[in-house]
Amino acid sequence: MRENVQLQGTGIELAESEDSFLQGVKDCIPTLLGYLSIGFAAGVIGHTSGLSTAEITLMSLLIYAGSAQFIVAGMIATQGSPAAIILTVFIVNLRHLLLSAALSPYFRQLTPLKNMLIGALLTDESFGVAMNKATNRQHLSERWMHGLNVTAYINWIIATLAGAYLGQWIANPEKLGLDFALSAMFIGLLVLQLVSRRKLLKDIIVVLCTVVSVIGASYVLSPSMAVIVATVVAATIGMVIEKWK
Amino acid sequence: MIIIGASIVTLIPRVLPIMVLSRKALPEWLMRWLSYIPVAVMAALVAEELLISDGKLAFQSNNVELWAALPTFLTAIFTKSLLGTVGVGILTVMVLRFLF
Repeated sequence: MRENVQLQGTGIELAESEDSFLQGVKDCIPTLLGYLSIGFAAGVIGHTSGLSTAEITLMSLLIYAGSAQFIVAGMIATQGSPAAIILTVFIVNLRHLLLSAALSPYFRQLTPLKNMLIGALLTDESFGVAMNKATNRQHLSERWMHGLNVTAYINWIIATLAGAYLGQWIANPEKLGLDFALSAMFIGLLVLQLVSRRKLLKDIIVVLCTVVSVIGASYVLSPSMAVIVATVVAATIGMVIEKWK
Repeated sequence: MIIIGASIVTLIPRVLPIMVLSRKALPEWLMRWLSYIPVAVMAALVAEELLISDGKLAFQSNNVELWAALPTFLTAIFTKSLLGTVGVGILTVMVLRFLF
């Protein structure tokens, strides 16, 4: 009986260190380079389209989404109307609906207010890291998620600031291959998902369906809508296949 | 003004599902559907980045990113390290762009 209690005790402690804020910070590290390069690029583009450093920082603080910030900078540069800019940003970030929904079962233990704080800093990358952590688990730790999110957030703000400051001296950031960091990170997150889920055959079918849908949808829709449509179509196919078996 | 508006429309899709859905027990089919979202969305983002250019399939042999994706995928599969994958990816693109 006594041994049993002790065993349980160590189990909880182990789980705690794995679920701590600090562990969340550590688990964020592999994605930092991706955030840095994209944030840096967002800062450079903001600078070249005539935004002030204060405006660029405000965007990173409030919007905190790479694609949206590229679009705002680009459309301000071409004198787009505020309504058109806001609508485009909305469509580009609709993908977060799916991410936030997919994350929700793992934070059932928390109040809506606490979940709001987690959702507010949700990104593709933090979602990817969180879903890898969530494999074979029922819940995710709130502290761990905050560690992950806050690290990414701070890193993003620093990166865009650096981009805004150094933008004037960087002629060709593409030469360094930094723009590929984003694709490489998505590839890494995808592979880690496939390896850890142990549903390889179904997952591969879903991946192939996604690729075909993205290509097809790209001919008629904007890139961001194509991603959303392809995700919905492929996830539905995955659900149906699993039901059959 | 634009920044405030853009931040609100970015925030809503991020927070609404996790706030509302986590309060309810979801039906099994929906849970199963949601379980495929991570794989599907990551695959969609990768395919969009690598294969699409100006709304068309970009399958040319000078697509440096597509070639670089090969060692990047292999690194991910064999090392299962996110940092290593990103590092190899960036390095490959840098070398390829330098050579061609």
